[in-house]
Amino acid sequence: MLEIKNVYKTFNPGTINEKRALNGLNLTLNDGDFVTVIGGNGAGKSTMLNMVAGVYPVDSGSIIIDGADVTRLPEHKRAKYLGRVFQDPMMGTAADMWIEENMALASRRGQARGLKWAISKAEREQFKEMLRELDLGLENRLSAKVGLLSGGQRQALTLLMAVMKKPKLLLLDEHTAALDPKTAAKVLALSDKFIEEGHLTAMMVTHNMKDAIAHGNRLIMMNNGQIILDVSGEEKKKLTVEYLLEAFTKLSGSEFANDRALLS
Amino acid sequence: MLTFISSLPGAIAQGAVWGIMAVGLYITYKILDLADLTVDGSFGTGGAVLVVCTAGGMNIFLSLLLALLAGCLAGLVTGIFHTKFGIPAILAGILTQLALYSVNLRVLGGKANQPLSVDKYNLLISLRNINKSLIVLAIFIAVIILVLYWFFGTELGHSLRATGCNQAMARANGINTSTNKIIGFVLSNGIVALSGGMLAQYQGFADVNMGRGAIVIGLAAIIIGEVAFGKLFKNFALKLLAAVFGGIIYYIVISFVLWLGLPANDLKLLSAIVVAFFLGIPYWKNKIAENRVKPVPGGDANA
Repeated sequence: MLEIKNVYKTFNPGTINEKRALNGLNLTLNDGDFVTVIGGNGAGKSTMLNMVAGVYPVDSGSIIIDGADVTRLPEHKRAKYLGRVFQDPMMGTAADMWIEENMALASRRGQARGLKWAISKAEREQFKEMLRELDLGLENRLSAKVGLLSGGQRQALTLLMAVMKKPKLLLLDEHTAALDPKTAAKVLALSDKFIEEGHLTAMMVTHNMKDAIAHGNRLIMMNNGQIILDVSGEEKKKLTVEYLLEAFTKLSGSEFANDRALLS
Repeated sequence: MLTFISSLPGAIAQGAVWGIMAVGLYITYKILDLADLTVDGSFGTGGAVLVVCTAGGMNIFLSLLLALLAGCLAGLVTGIFHTKFGIPAILAGILTQLALYSVNLRVLGGKANQPLSVDKYNLLISLRNINKSLIVLAIFIAVIILVLYWFFGTELGHSLRATGCNQAMARANGINTSTNKIIGFVLSNGIVALSGGMLAQYQGFADVNMGRGAIVIGLAAIIIGEVAFGKLFKNFALKLLAAVFGGIIYYIVISFVLWLGLPANDLKLLSAIVVAFFLGIPYWKNKIAENRVKPVPGGDANA
């Protein structure tokens, strides 16, 4: 479903701020894989997701989604393959637009947008049903501005928008990091549900090792822009936080440095 | 006082013409969240094209259409400067505006202004017949607002709004933000040029400087409309109408201060000061709200 082949990316090359973010990264995701991604600060987790999404171009290497080479495609053209949820709950929705307008935008991801009316009556009913499933009381607030919602509600809505038109690949970039623990758990449960029901292929970056172990069928650990550990299946189910920390020290030759991960 | 009251219909008509301009500006300033200075040039382009076409014997509606298209073209240039050359929107607009000064002079045949007598040509509006002008303007405004209301309810209109609201979100949902910005510039300047064409008819001439400061008047109209009707008008069509009313209020105020004895030469100075203050209001409101944050109850001991 996704192939990342030998991808390099350096930010601010030739300056004092030069940062090699991806260092010959290779990763292949099978159909239906739900991969959790962990790693220290600056390991390249978010950069990897942004590269797949086309937020910035790669220096070299190639990215293939569902058999199509998207390496040179701009972000908005890759969108047809991708559902994305960001760390910042403000980022995934248009605050000045209504809930139903946001959903209508997401429902046409990857399609040409013309002079047809943006929302049909039938769609409005569908949106209502989908919102009811979120169980956040949004189903009666279709014409509320998204900016009025709480961070958790916005993130749940963004998640719904990311999957309502089935993506080839769902990218979750620390999408619960900015939420309180209870809301985070709810959004995570929703993510699980959507991924399972839709048989989606997904990548979830998280700083929470327990979450990384508890969710998905595969776990990868990144360091210095490369994957240093790749565990899946039965082996993954047996993982513990202690084991991961040890593995990190052994594989990277340094202590696991993520300001947030150690606390969780 | 009588002279002021008798000047009111004229002020309303002129305000309505500029109100159309404000509706055009609304697309870039409010929806796309970009300040587009192209309008200072494209407003004059509209006037110049209309006068030259009409004086050349062309049907007035066709002339207006050409004025509108000329404005669209100006917007296209700014849009390309901004999205394909990577020039910041304000600077892109200034460049086009500067270029348009030469273009407008050329359109006017090298002359700084050119008359268009209502006696000779079949004009839609004129300050010689203000009642008729008001009716025609009301129809134009209604049609323009209806068309925009429809457009911004379509898929494409939604993608424009998303582009102005949250570009990251727009792109993540497959919206080409560059294309949408260009469409916004084109649409906006088309309407601005149309209003320039209307003003040229109303005053009976086109002047190469007629658009100077247009952005300030347009902003004033939008802001006055928001302040005066923001609480009342929530619907998109009504918000556009509020901008038109803002333009009318602006011109009523202008004729009032002129009646009070302000020299006409000082008008632009006054306009700029008034708009600066209105633009500052949201910022000051925030500042005041910040300063109102209450200290911890019980004083420092509890902090």
